[in-house]
Amino acid sequence: MRQHCGVSRHHCPLLLRALALSVSAMLGTVIAFILISGAEALMTGQGLGLFGAVWNPAAGKFGILPMIQATLLLAFSSLGLGWCLSLGCCCVLNGLAPRWAARWLRGLLTLMTAVPTVVYGFAAVFLLVPPIRDALGGTGFCWLTAGLLLALQGVPAMTFIMDGAVRSIAAESRLTATALGMTTAQHLSRVVLPLASRPLLSAAILGLGRAVGDALLPTMLAGNAIRFAHTPLDSMRTLTAHISLVLSSDIGGGEHLSLLLAGALLLTFCAVFSLLSRRMARRVRS
Amino acid sequence: MRGVREFFLAALGWFALAVISLGLICLVGFLFVRGLPVIDLQLLFGSTPAWDAILALRPVWDGIWPAVAGTLSLLAVTMALVLVPGIACGVYLACFATPRERDWIGECVDVLAGIPSIVMGLFGLELIILLRRTFLPRGTTCLLLAATCLAILVLPVLVTAVRSAIEALPRSLTLTADALGLSRNQTVRRLLIPAAGPGILGGVILVMGRAMEDTAVIMLTGAVANAGLPAGLTSKFEALPFRIYYTAAQYTGAEELKRGFGTAVLLLLLSWVLILSAKILQRQLARRWAA
Repeated sequence: MRQHCGVSRHHCPLLLRALALSVSAMLGTVIAFILISGAEALMTGQGLGLFGAVWNPAAGKFGILPMIQATLLLAFSSLGLGWCLSLGCCCVLNGLAPRWAARWLRGLLTLMTAVPTVVYGFAAVFLLVPPIRDALGGTGFCWLTAGLLLALQGVPAMTFIMDGAVRSIAAESRLTATALGMTTAQHLSRVVLPLASRPLLSAAILGLGRAVGDALLPTMLAGNAIRFAHTPLDSMRTLTAHISLVLSSDIGGGEHLSLLLAGALLLTFCAVFSLLSRRMARRVRS
Repeated sequence: MRGVREFFLAALGWFALAVISLGLICLVGFLFVRGLPVIDLQLLFGSTPAWDAILALRPVWDGIWPAVAGTLSLLAVTMALVLVPGIACGVYLACFATPRERDWIGECVDVLAGIPSIVMGLFGLELIILLRRTFLPRGTTCLLLAATCLAILVLPVLVTAVRSAIEALPRSLTLTADALGLSRNQTVRRLLIPAAGPGILGGVILVMGRAMEDTAVIMLTGAVANAGLPAGLTSKFEALPFRIYYTAAQYTGAEELKRGFGTAVLLLLLSWVLILSAKILQRQLARRWAA
């Protein structure tokens, strides 16, 4: 990391410094606000079984455990698929396939980064849900549908992170590998990928954060029933979908408290993931 | 000689290529086949004459013009809120911050960049509830609130883009400026910022794309299905992505569904135009300093 203008903060215009510091103070406040609301919800809602397994508003039970399970199931399953796809894409970009294929894939991935999530969801409701309903039964709005789309949506971001690391490592060792008579595939699989294990893991963590945090695909495609999902054809409601669905008018009631707790949980998950991924990227660089 | 590992890797690569190509072509092709024929003036304005609708002389009942206008005004307010602090913070981080500040602010920006947008929507909702309890008893979710939350959501993206655009400039620029006796201030203002201009502009466009497509924030902070044209900063509004979401969930007839497909294709094309222009600007910057 390079610093352009030395360290002399005395030369920095006061206004610029004030703006920068107030921006970071504001960001810190937002994070604190969400966390404190969540903690407060946990304190006030002690009788409501917020961390329990039962969601039954009539009985005064507002357990969000099924949603936590749904969030984790959906995130990890879609990450598994998406990460493998990204690894394949990354190898194609780095010489495993002919150049035309790499160029075509790079163009596709760039276009994919810009497809709005809501457009993915909209298309899937009419393109993917009916065949799944007809072929496998159920309503079609299930773990499987949401997982497939979530995996597809996460591929470009992960691929570009992997590609950056793999490209620089491959460039360092390509001459040697060629001199030893290795093919590109051998070079990639025996030398580059083992060396790139940390960036590959860091991409996975980043993808996990994205998958946990996405709200629209689960809301539009996963069916939103509050219960533990057992098979891929079960309907599920994730934490994000819970927040986007409940427009409770009873402020301070059980539903509202469960929203706050869900928000704080999501924030914690995602903050931990992005800090981890940052640490890992930094260790690679040094 | 080919080992098992090489074979699997090649298989994985071609499989991924096939899945991505097939997936995207099916998705986009399906949308275009259903949506492209629908895109015309009637999609935007319905049966209202175009100029009357644009000048807000007559309301539009069966077109998506209110959603377009809502998205545009949301974008305008968001960008007005985010541009100055975002660019200032990026420049500060790249040029003036001490190592400790860089660590702290950088960490904060990273954490915030990972926040799910729905959580930011929840933040907006809680904020307005808090304000109602204290000194704004009549406040509701509105355009200004949505724009504020969107601005906070995209702020880290802008900061990172500005910072990396400046840090990507060659070191020799600063050295030359020092040798010529320019002060730090002069170097930054006259040399680094203009030189990184295309990159910064690219970041701004990228952020516009993010703000335009985000649905999760606005559905909690003031977007509704039938608001008409946005009446002001404190009124509810319609937006393109929310319109698409709403149509998928509760369309009532073939006509409405057709409009939904048109809206989806329109949003997709707009996003592509934005990202392509951002890419072109950033490539221009890279090429200029490659020599």
